[in-house]
Amino acid sequence: MPENKGLSTIKKLQNFTLIVIFALFSPINTFANQAISSSDTTHVEKTEHPAAHGEAHGHGEAEAFNPGKMILDHVKDAHDWHILDYTSNGVSHPVSVPLPVILYDNGLHMFMSSKFEHGHAVVESKGNYYKLHEGHIYKTEADGHIEADAKGVVSNAAPMDLSITKNVFALLFGAVIILLIFLTVAKGYKKRGVGAPKGIQSLLEILIVFMKDEVIKPSVGKHYAKFLPLLLTIFFFIFINNLMGLIPLFPFGANLTGNIAVTMILALFVFVVVNFSGNKHYWKHIFMPDVPVALWILLIPIEILGVVLKPFVLMLRLFANITAGHIIILGFFSLIFIFGQKNLVAGYGSAVFSVAFTLFMSVLELLVAFLQAYVFTLLASLYIGSATEEHHHAEDHH
Amino acid sequence: MELVLPGVGLTFWMLLVFSVLLFLLKKFAWKPILTMLSERENSIEEALKSADQAREQMAKLQSDNEALYKQAREERDQILKEAREMKDSIIGEAKRSAEEEGKRMIMKASEEISKQKAVAIAELKGQVATLSVSIAEKLINNQLSNSEEQQSIIAKQVNSLNNNQQAIA
Repeated sequence: MPENKGLSTIKKLQNFTLIVIFALFSPINTFANQAISSSDTTHVEKTEHPAAHGEAHGHGEAEAFNPGKMILDHVKDAHDWHILDYTSNGVSHPVSVPLPVILYDNGLHMFMSSKFEHGHAVVESKGNYYKLHEGHIYKTEADGHIEADAKGVVSNAAPMDLSITKNVFALLFGAVIILLIFLTVAKGYKKRGVGAPKGIQSLLEILIVFMKDEVIKPSVGKHYAKFLPLLLTIFFFIFINNLMGLIPLFPFGANLTGNIAVTMILALFVFVVVNFSGNKHYWKHIFMPDVPVALWILLIPIEILGVVLKPFVLMLRLFANITAGHIIILGFFSLIFIFGQKNLVAGYGSAVFSVAFTLFMSVLELLVAFLQAYVFTLLASLYIGSATEEHHHAEDHH
Repeated sequence: MELVLPGVGLTFWMLLVFSVLLFLLKKFAWKPILTMLSERENSIEEALKSADQAREQMAKLQSDNEALYKQAREERDQILKEAREMKDSIIGEAKRSAEEEGKRMIMKASEEISKQKAVAIAELKGQVATLSVSIAEKLINNQLSNSEEQQSIIAKQVNSLNNNQQAIA
């Protein structure tokens, strides 16, 4: 078939380009096995391995390149850290770093994610059988059968999954990096006292002093000192993890701050601190607003909604911005393979533009990495500030 | 849809890791860092304040110096003036006393002279008398006959002596 000949040329092109791109941008590597495609065999793959359908990291002959799925696979969490794929004899082999799986299912079950063989194998642990399906671990019988309806909703039971996933690993790694950085900085302060800072200490002092004096102090007000540790930790956690998400190679490049669970916990801390430090004026403003009593029925629900909505928006903003950044960069790379499947020259041509645009976007993401950390901290400071603010007109009555 | 649903595992780990991170950073990083930063702020503020004080003191010292200098100059002028006046008065006094002394000495001298003159005159008178007596003796020895004539000669002699004495006085 002439079409097959064209496709094999594309395969070669893709293999070459992939090697180059993996060296540059590992976050986008999940499309590798899809990119190496043979539309003829896709159907077979689907029928033979219904459970592995759509599994990004599966061994075997790969499917047609699906940019949407590739991008989603990257921005979502995973049980192993995918590095690259290589193809031999038309069969793609994913290469990934296995991560520990920790399940709570009437006792702890621990094993490495490599045992799942990218979703192909059923893992037996303490008499229970588990299978990886669409990035989730389900409890199965010994045959590994996954019961899914037409919409793909799985009816198998799912154990509590506390695995060290890609994002958990990135989280731990990031926490270690942050600790190392700031303990070094603290050591510098202990060593040099009030003297001039040096090295990493002077680099971070600019940021610490900027956040302290220009953002937190004016936003929170006079009680700012006791909120400094939390707000500075939030700022540097977001900032450093954003930056680490932009570095392509393992162990960087995870979409950690673009994960809703991470931003949810950050927002939860802000929510708890705001409401636990809120003074009587803050609560009076919510439950006894300065409006006619008849309007309370309207205003109190709005105020209560606002209390929840503020951290909710914090959570969504960070999640959406960082995820969007990752998606855009991956989208530009997908263009290469979308065009490459149609025409070889178009693939090379679009690669030039894609790389240029990705470079541009990456630089922009550096700005976004700082900006989102800044905005999150600024708004958290403002919320805390408005909750601890003292209303002098109200105190006049005392 | 799955993208916006927080995973249980990651939520759990995030809560744990972030809490531990917050605790560790608060205790071992933010505390020393923020303490030192505020200490440095204070020390800079104090340094600026003391520099201001030093500048004020310098200005004060300078104005003090100027006042002292001015006072010293005035004192010098005063001393010079006084010295000049003293010199003038001393010279005047000396002059006056010298003049007086001179006058007094001249007066004393003239008194002495007139006294000496009187003594001399008296002595002269005595000598003249003796001389006259000897002359008279001689005359008597020579010519006792003409006594009247002789006496008039003696009178003549004595008068001429008196005239001489008056001329000297």
